[in-house]
Amino acid sequence: MAEATSTQRLQLVEDWAADVAVFRGVPWGKAMMWIFLLSDTFIFSCFLTSYMTVRMTSAEAWPNPSEVFALEAFGVPVPLLLIAIMTFILISSSGTMAMAVNMGYRRKRVGAALLMVVTALFGASFVGMQAFEWYKLIVEEGVRPWGNPMGAAQFGSCFFMITGFHGLHVSAGVVYLLIVAYRVWRGRYEEKGYDIVEITGLYWHFVDLVWVFIFAFFYLW
Amino acid sequence: MAETGQQHPISIYFWIWGLLFVFSAASYMVDYAGFQGYLRWSLIIIFMMLKAGFIVAIFMHMRWERVALITAIMLPPGALLVLVCLMAWESDYTWETRIVYLGAEIAPEPLPPPSHH
Repeated sequence: MAEATSTQRLQLVEDWAADVAVFRGVPWGKAMMWIFLLSDTFIFSCFLTSYMTVRMTSAEAWPNPSEVFALEAFGVPVPLLLIAIMTFILISSSGTMAMAVNMGYRRKRVGAALLMVVTALFGASFVGMQAFEWYKLIVEEGVRPWGNPMGAAQFGSCFFMITGFHGLHVSAGVVYLLIVAYRVWRGRYEEKGYDIVEITGLYWHFVDLVWVFIFAFFYLW
Repeated sequence: MAETGQQHPISIYFWIWGLLFVFSAASYMVDYAGFQGYLRWSLIIIFMMLKAGFIVAIFMHMRWERVALITAIMLPPGALLVLVCLMAWESDYTWETRIVYLGAEIAPEPLPPPSHH
């Protein structure tokens, strides 16, 4: 075990010191996608940190998300019902995406394309539910970026910025998935190899990853 | 061209998929059961980190990447912890200032749920 760690440490030093491309064996597209995702991590973290700051400094009570986002099912309000469904949908889409990557590397391009389309459909339904959630909050509950009837005025701006930016990522991901799925289905990557499916997958899993943090910090906290 | 990508048995993805469902259900139950205070916050963080860890390590294949890539991507977000600590520290101060100088009143309890009728 200790030996493995020291080999890895050696490999790290050699990779960075070798005066050649550092990320050996990593396709360029993948390295660049990771670096893009790193920058996106910082953007989302800035949103979440400002949300934390605004919530901690507010002398007024923060609206209770468990109640704000409750939905009535069979006549009883169930806390966070829609959000829970959205969470499971996004996780499932990550599952089908992982399958698509696997199919791609096994050269089953029709299967990979189909699974990507399924992933995109999950994503589209997620955005649809989010649109419903926004509608409910704006029209029925009267939440605005500058105020709301439930408590601290900053609730609305945090909510719209964070979920809006995430929803934009999901929407862009749906388009991205459909374009790559179409190309995979047409056989465009037969010669080049199917790294592209893994790279698209990285973006998609990242969108799911961000939702994990939004779910924890905005909806559950 | 030879495949340079990540290929792993499909069963591992099904396992992680299932685990993510379990952790999500568990974190939802934290809210449903109405846990409060430090118990609630620590459970939320634990389930969140478990989910994030499995997504990055398995779905995004990070555990099979070379150390050079892992360190390049995983270390920089550590700087964010510094930002969070700084802002949390500053927030307490701002909040106290608002109470003391702006005559803001400490909110007693969260407001009652909005009426749907």
